[in-house]
Amino acid sequence: MNEHGLLGDAIVYLAAAVVCVPLASRFKLGSVLGYLGAGCLIGPHALRLVHDPASTLHFAEIGVVLMLFVIGLELDPKRLWAMRRAVFGGGALQLAACGVPLALGAMALGMSWQAALIAGLALGLSSTAVVMQTMRERNITPTPLGRATFSILLFQDIAAIPLVAIVPLLSVSGEPSEEGAWLGAAKAIGAILAVFVIGRFLTRPILRVVAKTGMREVFTGFALLLVLGIAALMASAGVSMALGAFLAGVLLAGSEYRHALEADIEPFKGLLMGLFFIAVGMSVDFSLLAARPLAVLGLVLAFQGIKGGALRLIAKTLGVAAIERWLFAALLVQGGEFAFVVFGVARSAQVLPGEWDGLLTLAVALSMALTPLLLIAHDRFLARPAPAREADVVEDHEAPVIIAGFGRFGQIVGRLLLAHGLKPTVLDHDPDTIDLLRAFDFRVYYGDATRLDLLEAAGLHHAKVLVVAIDDPDKSVALVDVVRHACPELRIVARARNVGHWAALRARGVELVERETFESALRAGRATLTVLGVPPFEARELADRFRRHTLEMLEESLPHFGDVERRREIARSARRQLEEQIQKDQAASRRRRESAAWSGGRDPGDA
Amino acid sequence: MIALIFAHPYPDRSRANRALLAAVRDLDGVAVRSLYERYPDFDIDVAAEQRALAEADTVVWQHPMYWYSTPGLLKHWFEKVLARGWAYGEGGTALHGKRCLWVVTTGAGPSAFRPEGMHGHPMEAFVPPVEQTARFCGMRWEEPLVVHGAHTVGDEALAAAAADYRRRLAALLAEARGGDDE
Repeated sequence: MNEHGLLGDAIVYLAAAVVCVPLASRFKLGSVLGYLGAGCLIGPHALRLVHDPASTLHFAEIGVVLMLFVIGLELDPKRLWAMRRAVFGGGALQLAACGVPLALGAMALGMSWQAALIAGLALGLSSTAVVMQTMRERNITPTPLGRATFSILLFQDIAAIPLVAIVPLLSVSGEPSEEGAWLGAAKAIGAILAVFVIGRFLTRPILRVVAKTGMREVFTGFALLLVLGIAALMASAGVSMALGAFLAGVLLAGSEYRHALEADIEPFKGLLMGLFFIAVGMSVDFSLLAARPLAVLGLVLAFQGIKGGALRLIAKTLGVAAIERWLFAALLVQGGEFAFVVFGVARSAQVLPGEWDGLLTLAVALSMALTPLLLIAHDRFLARPAPAREADVVEDHEAPVIIAGFGRFGQIVGRLLLAHGLKPTVLDHDPDTIDLLRAFDFRVYYGDATRLDLLEAAGLHHAKVLVVAIDDPDKSVALVDVVRHACPELRIVARARNVGHWAALRARGVELVERETFESALRAGRATLTVLGVPPFEARELADRFRRHTLEMLEESLPHFGDVERRREIARSARRQLEEQIQKDQAASRRRRESAAWSGGRDPGDA
Repeated sequence: MIALIFAHPYPDRSRANRALLAAVRDLDGVAVRSLYERYPDFDIDVAAEQRALAEADTVVWQHPMYWYSTPGLLKHWFEKVLARGWAYGEGGTALHGKRCLWVVTTGAGPSAFRPEGMHGHPMEAFVPPVEQTARFCGMRWEEPLVVHGAHTVGDEALAAAAADYRRRLAALLAEARGGDDE
């Protein structure tokens, strides 16, 4: 690829993404489908703007690597250890439950048992990229369902190592080289140990030095170097690059640089993930689809049917809540990026005949594109707020207060209520906050507060008041919309981030809205006046008057909120009024002092 | 119109004041302004209070007696709302000619309000500061309505006081309406 080609490709990718992704999210299809569509469009089988999907896919896998690194950063070793049962028990169950029937199906289609075993297990793997991206967009990641799903994905990433390693052993033609396998295992263990040493002992001192330079781009560069270096090391040992990056992330989760690393990696991750989905879209072989439509569709149908059914069956054993079992199956049903690797290796080792490689690769790519559609179908036909869930989580319907969002703002509200003997029900999706709350005996619900089923589980219909203390204004407004619709009588007390947010809430009929910085800023203003020699009570009265005036002005401007010019005019005239009024008061108080002196204190208002 | 300025920091827990208020609040022409509910932070909206007083023919101050005087917020209300240049002093004629009725409850029974009683003075001794406040603003002072022993007074006596209160406010309203007709 020459330089011009690289630039041209980059422009094609970016343009395709910019066109397709907003379209997909406009129609609520999710970003994954948008990227996949973009890939199909520009790929070798449609517009032919880009010709080498395989190398792009290879490059874009770095996006998945970066994603696993960021996920690792959010999981310290302690939390990971707590997940060990879910990972090794749940993960192994999933792979066996899906892999075995799929392998039997492959044998029924005439594959050798070796090929069928490889194909079955490879198809049993799911796409970390698709699932994690989808869970992020739907805010499922921190829920119990999200944790169960993530544990399975983690196990799959681990299981992919031996899976790739055994392919040559199953080769019918080549000599099964046991030595090679042992060497591979030794290399894998060596690489993992190296990652451990790098992550645990080397990275932090280096990060400290780099951070001291104060040059942000060097820090970003080092962060990328770290992740890519580890990925390369793992790849050279034949281990999943993503797994290596994940381990490095976990080892750095407790470090003081966690958030900085996360923030620096995030944009690269997002872009490369997009590129990854585009590459998958490009690799959809439409000529094969056109040549053998029935075979391909039948294969996809059988694959998705068997895997989806198996996932649905094990969901209960894995502790997935009753209403979320189909969602769980729909999330994990697609084939994963690792299947591409396994099929490739299997073909070159002559375990898998070439025609099957093509068909299976196509089936996996199509299944990835199918997932967003399945999820939409799930939402449309299967998702319903089920009473079963409500029964198993809510013990006390009497909680009169629900607090949505328990960060800095919600916590103060909650503690005040608690001091008055009221125990609020809390909704939050930050696991750290939730751990803390558990310690204080709050009723806590994980998850996105804008989800009606979660709100209902938290006792929405029995509550007297809902405190909306979410910090994201869009989410806060979305929550108010959901609640206004489901429960119009419920009183709402809302936190507003700024005036725009305040207006959005007031326009939705929320009466009790507090701008989060207003009161504390007024107090700071009072303190400043006091330092400047204004007596404390006078400063307070000034602040009281300022508050009243400002709020009146805001209320007055509410109907014209979209009209910036009009608002500015109202603000200007309000400021003038306030100044005039204060001057008038000061003049009156001066006059009073003078006349009191003159009349010998015969004023009962100032006796 | 009657502006009924009600000052009780814990209206839920009051007995006598709640009964008195319940007896009159549905009267047509009575506008109750509960100061502690309106201004829990003591940041009285002076302009709004003055507007309400200006519209009224009669001003009622109803509250429990605290330390031989009004609850703190009503005292603060006097200081802020009855402003110089509005209620008294040069140009301060906004309240001239309006009637003023003081409705006050006391915790102790009538026997405490004697020279030898707990409070050392007859009830009449505690009236002048409030009365003079009204008079200084040019208002006509009505005979105060006093309910002693707010926690101990019998239900019947309390009901009688409430009925008396209602009668008096109805009469004041009728008088004001008659005045309008003339």
